[in-house]
Amino acid sequence: MLLVQLLKAFVVGGIICAIGQVLIDYTKLTPARILVSFVVLGVVLGGIGLYQPLIDFAGSGASVPLLGFGALLARGVREAMAEKGLLGALSGGLTATAAGITAAMVLSMLAALIFKPGDKS
Amino acid sequence: MPSPTLKNKDYDYMVKKATPNTKSAKNISAAFLVGGAICALGELMGYLYREKVGLPEDIVPTAVSITLVGLSILLTALNVYDNLAKFAGAGTLVPITGFANAMSSAALEFKSEGLVLGVGAKMFIIAGPVIVYGVVASVLYGLVIFALGLY
Repeated sequence: MLLVQLLKAFVVGGIICAIGQVLIDYTKLTPARILVSFVVLGVVLGGIGLYQPLIDFAGSGASVPLLGFGALLARGVREAMAEKGLLGALSGGLTATAAGITAAMVLSMLAALIFKPGDKS
Repeated sequence: MPSPTLKNKDYDYMVKKATPNTKSAKNISAAFLVGGAICALGELMGYLYREKVGLPEDIVPTAVSITLVGLSILLTALNVYDNLAKFAGAGTLVPITGFANAMSSAALEFKSEGLVLGVGAKMFIIAGPVIVYGVVASVLYGLVIFALGLY
């Protein structure tokens, strides 16, 4: 059961990443533009309700790629609006994603304080 | 003035450029394998958090994200993640670990420019646009469902 779940996450996550690689290899999109596109696409797919079924099927395979980050922004907005109305459109997105973004900020700061930049060879 | 000569290295580069298909097939499989492995690792963490630690279901995805972010930043600081990224391409870029890597590698790289305008500002050189466009898109989505009365 666990093995099936891991396999689903592997295949779906792998396919999403492979699509990203196709975009890198066959278009002029820079990595930053690809990340932006994935997040915005995630908001759209999450917004129209197409992404949650994929998360239900593949778990981390769908929630770990940045599409999942976008879908989480949309879900945060929808849930906050159910509670607070229009104000939720402004507060919901960052509230839902706050833990991840804050963790990345704090740990990046910590890493910069502790470690020296590695050589880029 | 002598004309520039073609070095072996340049020639290798030209050969690589001229054979995009096999290179691309290799890149795409590498992205699939590494990206898939990162997601499967996330799924395994989710299982452990849910079944062994007993975290509530709604907390599990957040806990997984934070753990992957932490792991990615540690590997970035140890200069492992960027070497993996050279092989894996989008496989290390597209998962949330790529987002964390973009922040931490910029924070480290621009440490020499100071803690405020170096670390503090450059951390967001790639993460900033991702957050800005993601949030703007989510607000637009909120306005649309407000206008349609769907919330």
